[in-house]
Amino acid sequence: MSRTLVEKIWDAHVVKREESFPDILYIDTHLIHEVTSPQAFDGLRKRGIPVFRPKQTVATADHNVPTLNQHLPIKEELSRYQVDMLTKNCAEFGIELYGLGHPYQGIVHVIGPELGITLPGKTMVCGDSHTSTHGAFGAIAFGIGTSQVEQVFATQCLLQQKPKTMKIEVNGTLGKGVGAKDIILYIIAQISAAGGTGYFIEYAGTAIQALSMEARMTICNMSIEMGARGGLIAPDQTTFDYIKGREFAPKGAEWDKELAYWKTLYSDADAQFDKVLSFKAEDISPMITYGTNPGMGMGITEHIPAIKSQPESEQFSYQKALEYMGFEDDKEILGRPVDYVFIGSCTNSRIEDLREIASFVKGKQKASDVEVWIVPGSKQVEKQAIQEGLDKIFEAAGFQLREPGCSACLGMNEDKIPAGKYCVSTSNRNFEGRQGPNARTMLVSPLTAAAAAVTGKISDIRELL
Amino acid sequence: MRKFEKLKSRVVPLPIENIDTDQIIPARFLKATTREGFGENLFRDWRFDSNNQPKADFIMNNPTYSGKIMVAGKNFGCGSSREHAAWAIQDYGFDVVISSFFADIFKGNALNNGLLPIQVSDEFLDVIFQAVTKNPNTELVIDLENQTVLLAETGDQESFEINPYKKSCLINGYDDIDFILNNKNLIEEYEQSK
Ligand code: SF4
Repeated sequence: MSRTLVEKIWDAHVVKREESFPDILYIDTHLIHEVTSPQAFDGLRKRGIPVFRPKQTVATADHNVPTLNQHLPIKEELSRYQVDMLTKNCAEFGIELYGLGHPYQGIVHVIGPELGITLPGKTMVCGDSHTSTHGAFGAIAFGIGTSQVEQVFATQCLLQQKPKTMKIEVNGTLGKGVGAKDIILYIIAQISAAGGTGYFIEYAGTAIQALSMEARMTICNMSIEMGARGGLIAPDQTTFDYIKGREFAPKGAEWDKELAYWKTLYSDADAQFDKVLSFKAEDISPMITYGTNPGMGMGITEHIPAIKSQPESEQFSYQKALEYMGFEDDKEILGRPVDYVFIGSCTNSRIEDLREIASFVKGKQKASDVEVWIVPGSKQVEKQAIQEGLDKIFEAAGFQLREPGCSACLGMNEDKIPAGKYCVSTSNRNFEGRQGPNARTMLVSPLTAAAAAVTGKISDIRELL
Repeated sequence: MRKFEKLKSRVVPLPIENIDTDQIIPARFLKATTREGFGENLFRDWRFDSNNQPKADFIMNNPTYSGKIMVAGKNFGCGSSREHAAWAIQDYGFDVVISSFFADIFKGNALNNGLLPIQVSDEFLDVIFQAVTKNPNTELVIDLENQTVLLAETGDQESFEINPYKKSCLINGYDDIDFILNNKNLIEEYEQSK
């Protein structure tokens, strides 16, 4: 019988299937971090049971860590306590930890792929909704809550209903200055922040196949922003080339065996999806969000949609969002001044993002009244950036290159955007207060963020290239 | 986990769409390492101003409305996977959240904690909002066994869906770990077959 890629991987991981029960799904790899794990470890202690498969679990500290002076003890007491707890818990339960100071430390969704832990055909979970990032390799990867973290600790399995499947095709060629982030912001704006709920999404089409692995991660990363459980892309030569030679990737005969399996991981030609959507790459321009959910996005030269163009039942929420942002409907956003530029997060903090920004910024200066933070996704990204001399380019431009972590993506450490200020951000969420109480976030691609940094206002990158 | 059977209560209406978990519990309050105490910061930035004074115009600061049931606009609980959102709602004193649409992870988290998420039709959601606006003392009766939501005053009623397994977990106070642990031999067999 023909099956979709999701079905192939899912079926290969079912431990038990029973009528009217969720499947018991085996989890190959469990990633954890300091914020959503402590209560799960406590749960194990209360039950008096160990972590069932500690070797299939990898930990890092990312959400709560400072991005300056990481070699010093964390100043903020609660953050320090939480990070210390992770260290203690990992030691007690025998879990490998890439904590502060470790050369592999970084945002959990950046380190998995770069270390060769993320592989095609795997099932992967993490107590973090952007676990969908790993789907770029053709894995089933999704975010879970803390009770489920405890479940995976205890059993290496999850009780899960098999999701519905959706295929989103993007065909054609992207225009100048338009990248993966614009594709995904465009799709979310088209189908809304709830448009993918209940589905696992497979991205396909020529525009997706043409993307690098890191660009594919940007796409899959934001699947959750349309409500989807996860998103994935069938592995191909680009995937295999990226994985080969990475620290924990299979080697020698093991590699050949795995590769042969990976090559079977695609949706059969006549596989049935529950829903299929199709978009043209040529229709996508540099995108920006103007509201307080990622579905409130538009082409950067467009006008903010009119309140009265919204369904009546949603006008109140829509107006509330625009008030929060200090925007008026039916107006342009282009040319509006910007206070902060944040380049980072598991969406856009990998080496290709930094290279792209550096090549645009080289020889330019940031606008004088803009603060620009670049927070690399991991220690390895940071090291690579320095080896390539990108740090010098950023320094000359007046951009601050910080140390790895989630940082102003969620403002859990001290990297917060002050109340009322406008931040152009390469992260994935523009929710009220996400980057700090009353901070105003506009989501964009790395290039559009760099353009705002240099001009001090919302600018169309296509005019600057 | 606490057992859930039947509930009759007044409601707190939040007629806003796309309420994300960053609103329910902002990230800066996620530093605790236990499950307790999050209710204090439920909807923190909607409930309190920057000087920690209650905002008079936010419904949860209005004593006219109270109860164990929260009713919210569609796509409730989108965004971050933080289970702290479910803990905060429960810790504040809610046992049920009603909306016309829930984000997946939130729904799962709620169920895993004995907080019952009930999805009703857009029309019925509207009926509830209107009834509560007209009379803040409106009571709802939630019957999990029979899977119904009833407006006590008018008799308006709708039934809701729930996975039969999850329903039995709520009614009996079981959790998933108990269930999976009973299948440990199958897990080991699966591992060996790989
Ligand atoms: S960078 Fe942001 S979205 Fe990504 S894991 Fe960290 S907090 Fe979550």
